[in-house]
Amino acid sequence: MNIILFLAPCSIGLGALGLAAFLWTMRAGQYDDPKGDAARVLYDHLDDGPPSD
Amino acid sequence: MSPVLARHPDLEAFVRRDGEGGGRLELLVAGARCAACIRKIEAAVDALPGVAGARLNLTTGKLAVDLAGPDAQPDVIMETVEALGYRASLFDPAQAIAAQDQEGRELAVALGVAGFGAGNVMMFTVPAWAGLFGQELNASTLTLMYWMAAIVATPCALFAGRPFFRSAWASLRRGKANMDVPISIGVILTLTVSFSETLLHGRHAYFDAAVTLLFLLLIGRYLDHRLRASARSAARDLLALQAPVALRLHHGVESGVPVTQVRVGDRLAVPPGQRIPVDGKVEAGLSDIDNALITGETALTAVGPGAQLHAGALNLTGRLVMVASARSEDSTLAAIARLMEAGAQSRSAYVRLADKAAALYVPIVHAAAALTFVGAWALGLGPREALLRAAAVLIVTCPCALGLAAPAVQIAASARLFRKGVLVKSGAALERLAEVDHVVLDKTGVLTEGRPRLVDAPAHLVALAAPLARASRHPLALALAREAGVGLVAQACVETAGQGVEGLIQGRRARLGRAAFVGVAQTQGAETELWFGFEGDLKIRFTFEDAPRVDAVQAVADLRALGLTVEILSGDLPGPVSRIAAALGIADWRAGLTPFDKAEAIDTLKARNRKVLMVGDGLNDAAALARAHASMAPGAAVDAAQNAADLVFTGEGLAAVATAIGVARSARARALQNFAFSAAYNVLAVPAAMAGLVNPFIAALAMSGSSMVVLLNALRPGWRR
Repeated sequence: MNIILFLAPCSIGLGALGLAAFLWTMRAGQYDDPKGDAARVLYDHLDDGPPSD
Repeated sequence: MSPVLARHPDLEAFVRRDGEGGGRLELLVAGARCAACIRKIEAAVDALPGVAGARLNLTTGKLAVDLAGPDAQPDVIMETVEALGYRASLFDPAQAIAAQDQEGRELAVALGVAGFGAGNVMMFTVPAWAGLFGQELNASTLTLMYWMAAIVATPCALFAGRPFFRSAWASLRRGKANMDVPISIGVILTLTVSFSETLLHGRHAYFDAAVTLLFLLLIGRYLDHRLRASARSAARDLLALQAPVALRLHHGVESGVPVTQVRVGDRLAVPPGQRIPVDGKVEAGLSDIDNALITGETALTAVGPGAQLHAGALNLTGRLVMVASARSEDSTLAAIARLMEAGAQSRSAYVRLADKAAALYVPIVHAAAALTFVGAWALGLGPREALLRAAAVLIVTCPCALGLAAPAVQIAASARLFRKGVLVKSGAALERLAEVDHVVLDKTGVLTEGRPRLVDAPAHLVALAAPLARASRHPLALALAREAGVGLVAQACVETAGQGVEGLIQGRRARLGRAAFVGVAQTQGAETELWFGFEGDLKIRFTFEDAPRVDAVQAVADLRALGLTVEILSGDLPGPVSRIAAALGIADWRAGLTPFDKAEAIDTLKARNRKVLMVGDGLNDAAALARAHASMAPGAAVDAAQNAADLVFTGEGLAAVATAIGVARSARARALQNFAFSAAYNVLAVPAAMAGLVNPFIAALAMSGSSMVVLLNALRPGWRR
């Protein structure tokens, strides 16, 4: 029984981590320009990460 | 006194300033497609003085340029991009802000949260289901599982449900019930009952149902939003392409101002190739004006000082200086825009299929739930069991299948049409298109190619005039040159705006242009014509007409095969219209209509209960497009027409019109199948829930099962061609 009380929060925590990662990618604008990001990765100096705003 | 022309118009009005000297400028760049384009454009713009950084979004085609100080020149940035071979146009800062998709972002976050909740709540409810079937799970463990489910599901459901709660509340305040009302009531009641059951150590808690319901519904909602948003942004980009800049002359200096800031009496310069920004009178200059988009007329109008100009007309050959006689809000364009707005309002009154279904569904389901509660209590089951059964009725009749029924089909249909070169602006547009029974076609640019073609000219005469024609950029000369093919170009050419071109062909002086310019006393008839002659020799007359599209005959036949009646409404002269009508076998045609006549003709048809599909491309069609039951515009149409239309089709042919109607009808049939399936499912599920046969496991199964059936039906192949 105790193992459930330990593992359930762990598992929810992992799920929440995934949700947080999704929200972060949204905020960081990583879905704003899928076509451009696919192209930018080809040039080192263009691969400047997500835009600032 | 001729004005001193500033080389660069001042485009400061399009920069969003941040108050510290810096700012941001947004350009719409057409033609960028690959990584090399990004590299070229960004490197060139970055290198300009005063530019802090540039970033091109390849998906939306927007170039955001951060300006470091006041010495950055927007016009130089534009010229730099254009010099690289891409078309650049300014994006109004107000529109740039409006383009940020707040609603889509909120829906995506809600969808993410609901997905997290739906996934993780199962950790606790799946073991709980085992307990329902008498497996090893004692009552206290079951309650513990439910409490943990509550901790995950409740915040998620309340957060993810906000779009529904808000819309339901807004709808109730207007005294109506839309689909979001039963959803909101269902979710809140489910959570409440589940809490009370958990507190009372009951066996029927539906925390998973509440959050899974929201997850499935949000998928439908997000798909619907994506469809509308992508079409909206396409429309907005087109509007930006209109380049709302007028060149104002003030004390001899030329500066670019947004069209909305032009005042009556302002002197404006209109270079060749640009549209007239507002209504006004020509003060100086000679030119040809193409009114095709305003009136549908194919013949060009020659203008000189004193002539009246209409906003939106295209200045073709010469530079004009004009005096504004109306502000942009009072111009012909604005009057058409007001007609369009009125049309859009009448159209928004259209009740969508899903809302029609909701209007039937809401009272029946809620009455059934209330009846269950009252009946069960009256039969002596006690208030707790009665409420539980009423909640079960609401849960199993969950409208997720209904919420997905229409959007899923419409997304599939739009994707299909998109591959065929038709852009659908909204799901409602497809529903309306499926209902049409009468098609009104514009002539210029829809049935015809919208550009002049030489008729019945012997090849040797064409070859004679071709060297001069190749030297001119006038559309009629271009048509002549196209007919002649590649060849010699005349020497020492001088083009007189609004008159014609003069030059030397093998040493002989020749002229090509208007009758008077070439030396012919009078013209014969109203047809579009061009004269050619060597000095002191015979004069040759070329006539042009707007040729019908290659597949126009087939397209009209296709429309008739779909059971539709076809009619032509044109602003052009009766001559050309009757010829086209005869060629296509259309008996029903009217010519010489103003934009207002066209809108009125649509209204008359509407009053006779016809569901009209309008296909048009000009500004003169925009009001009619907005008023018709459904509307389509070709990709070459003016922006206003594309904005007013429900669907925009690209490509050369008219076949897209019949294709779109076919797909729309299939989509409607499938949406109705989905609704029928949902209704049949509810007929089975409601009595089961009333009898108390439903437990949380069955509810979860029924809910996801019905949604899957609806989705699979939408994705199934076998669309009508």
